[in-house]
Amino acid sequence: MKLNIIVLAKQVPDTRNVGPDAMTPEGTVNRSALPAIFNPEDLNALEQALRLKDQFPGTTVHVLTMGPGRAAEVIREAMYRGADGGYLLTDRAFAGADTLATSYALATAIKHVCPQVDLIIGGRQAIDGDTAQVGPQVAEKLGLNQITYVEEIVEVKSEERTLHSSLIARRHIDGGVETVESALPLVLTVNGSAAPCRPRNVKRVMKFKRALAPLELPQGQTYEDLPYADQYGKKQYLKIQQLTTADVNADLQQCGLAGSPTKVKAVENIVFKAKESKVLTGSDEDINGLVKELLASHTIG
Amino acid sequence: MNYYKDIPEIKFELENSPLMQRIIELKERNFEDKEQYDEAPQDFADAMDSYDRVLDVVGDIVGNIVGPNAEAVDAEGPHHEGGRVRYASKTYENLEAMNKAGLNGMTMPRRYGGLNLPVTVYTAANEIVSAGDAGFENIWSLQDCIETLYCFGNEEQRQKYIPRVCAGETMSMDLTEPDAGSDLQSVMLKATYDEENQCWRLNGSKRFITNGDSDIHLVLARSEAGTRDGRGLSMFIYDKRDGGVDVRRIENKLGIHGSPTCELVYKNAKAELCGDRKLGLIKYVMSLMNGARLGIAAQSVGLSQTAYNEALAYARDRKQFGKAIIEFPAVAEMISNIKAKLDAGRALLYQTARYVDVYKALEDIARERKLEPEERQELKKYSRLADAFTPLAKGMNSEYANQNTYDCIQVHGGSGFMLEYACQRIYRDARITSIYEGTTQLQTVAAIRYVTNGMYAQVIEEMLGETVAPECEGYKARIQAMAEKLNACTARVKEAQNDELHDLCARHLYEMTGDVVMLLLLMQNATRCPELFAKSLQVYVNLAEADVEKNNALVNRMTTECIENYRQA
Repeated sequence: MKLNIIVLAKQVPDTRNVGPDAMTPEGTVNRSALPAIFNPEDLNALEQALRLKDQFPGTTVHVLTMGPGRAAEVIREAMYRGADGGYLLTDRAFAGADTLATSYALATAIKHVCPQVDLIIGGRQAIDGDTAQVGPQVAEKLGLNQITYVEEIVEVKSEERTLHSSLIARRHIDGGVETVESALPLVLTVNGSAAPCRPRNVKRVMKFKRALAPLELPQGQTYEDLPYADQYGKKQYLKIQQLTTADVNADLQQCGLAGSPTKVKAVENIVFKAKESKVLTGSDEDINGLVKELLASHTIG
Repeated sequence: MNYYKDIPEIKFELENSPLMQRIIELKERNFEDKEQYDEAPQDFADAMDSYDRVLDVVGDIVGNIVGPNAEAVDAEGPHHEGGRVRYASKTYENLEAMNKAGLNGMTMPRRYGGLNLPVTVYTAANEIVSAGDAGFENIWSLQDCIETLYCFGNEEQRQKYIPRVCAGETMSMDLTEPDAGSDLQSVMLKATYDEENQCWRLNGSKRFITNGDSDIHLVLARSEAGTRDGRGLSMFIYDKRDGGVDVRRIENKLGIHGSPTCELVYKNAKAELCGDRKLGLIKYVMSLMNGARLGIAAQSVGLSQTAYNEALAYARDRKQFGKAIIEFPAVAEMISNIKAKLDAGRALLYQTARYVDVYKALEDIARERKLEPEERQELKKYSRLADAFTPLAKGMNSEYANQNTYDCIQVHGGSGFMLEYACQRIYRDARITSIYEGTTQLQTVAAIRYVTNGMYAQVIEEMLGETVAPECEGYKARIQAMAEKLNACTARVKEAQNDELHDLCARHLYEMTGDVVMLLLLMQNATRCPELFAKSLQVYVNLAEADVEKNNALVNRMTTECIENYRQA
């Protein structure tokens, strides 16, 4: 059995260690203050895809990401860890997309680059939006089954006679786990409690280190102008594929801001002005007060 | 945390030697692999960039997996089950990560699946892994045994075994026995030729074998019945897939718990001869040991780095008398000394690795074609330098690792004696470094001939002639004076013409040599990069001067009359 797998991945600002300048005065994420990283749960998703690739030789794993030129970093990173390649979905018309417009764009791109897709795997949610909506919406738009909150793909089996394939996955639910089975093709969203992604493979790092998307090239330059230009001619895999709305025949009305019904009503900035702490001395008075306070709040006793 | 990116000194050592250009040129044979292998470098800069990226991966894995697992591995240790070894559970996690990253067969040619990295780069990886977990470093770095199989095995053996090691199978070198530790000539494991099955058979036992349940063993055994010395020993390859070797017990050790130390029993185990009969000890084990000694030097530097990190972090954090203890000169001095010894020892480690690289690459080229006369000269020069520097790098760095981890505990005070801080683990782990792969006393034996024949003196003189930064000029006179003391002591010992006096003074001469050589190397570093090394140089010059003075006094007081006082029999 060979599977065609698309991994949905997003480059996100690292919101896990935010400092005081993480938000702009306008209430949007200050992208320049936070390093751009591979969305953590998308790495868990990539690992599940790569395990299937190890298990079923001939399986292909491609990453699909939507974003500006620098988001190609996510594709390179996935290639270092074992993905065959990827697609950077990028267009000004995609800008300002909410989850609906994003899933439309991704679903449209998948139809274009991989009509015979068996599995679409993404992280549960991205750490910048925390919606967990994009995976399920992609499934709906493509009319595919979905299993969310996956912790492990237990088995993929194919019935020889009918070529009917199905997948069994263990998924995280409130208070426990559940094992479910679904026919392929299928969309999975993977939980952070799934296996961590394997490290970069050094041979692959050396092989793919110069891979670039056209948008990453310095202004006005082509691959021919780069150092080691001959390599781009010889090795097509060093040119990361870039897709625009036109390339995937997207309906512009459903893309970007135009296709996003979500409107942010208001943004509240919550800033802790004072440290929520109390300084106690060693005096009997302070100790007594603390004991009483803790008793009153039922922290002790 | 990334154990490579966070320690700029390692990158400096890789990039700041004029020898690197030559090493890559030789190792890559003018970049001929680039047409055939996608990962092969296009040119010098490309190779250096790839090395940087490879070490970044190592640093990341060690920072996020191997390092954080070290405490659990130390607590659990390996298990002995049914004549086999089962590693501590987190050891498998470490191995899995290293294998997925493809960090095996690091120095092997690409045609066997290797990465074709210079020894210098492999040494850096070794240091980094050791900084995270010195016990795991043992298991992982035993891959280096494949170098000996590559050098002395036949093509069939290379094709059979090297790809397996590149794919992550582990190795061991089965040398020592209950009655043959430092004295390997006494090895008695019996090798007999089985005419019927056209193979060799091994019978007997081995003891203190690191990672003794490995997939592929290099075994030193007595193939010449009736002999009793080193000339009756040959080297064999034992493949675990053939069976016949069981683990009788695992030792309980003071440190490096992650690394299983085994007693092995060979029951008619099938084996292949590696290379020629009778050259097992005198040629192949010597090559194996030289590689292993460089590995222990790297392991020691890694431990010193962790000693420094742990001491620094604790001293900044711990407050007494109303301030961080790092503010107290008595504490700060200990940390400064750790750092100075670390930087000096590391400079010696990489200089040695580069020497090894040049001669190994030339030796390899000699397997393909006849060397030009100047290449033969070059091979001879670097082979001798590597021979001289390896025991110096191993002995000095392992002693430093012991001193540095000791001081690291001292910085921690009472907390350091409790088992909850990493400093106690690295202290226990460091203890073996000055013992295995030849004790410091045996490193002295290996090095002393280069003291008495003037080889180090010549290297020192050449280095003293090099241009240094103006701010370092002032040190030159002091180093010159130290070198003169070393020369005078050497002359004194030689003139005495007394073997016992020579042996009693050897360690002192060895240490003086180490001090001066490391000081000169550190001065080169400080000249190129004062931001990283100027401070260490200033601390180390005082330490080295005092140490030379001490050893100078000891040698000068040693007379044939006082030898009697040192006899303990």
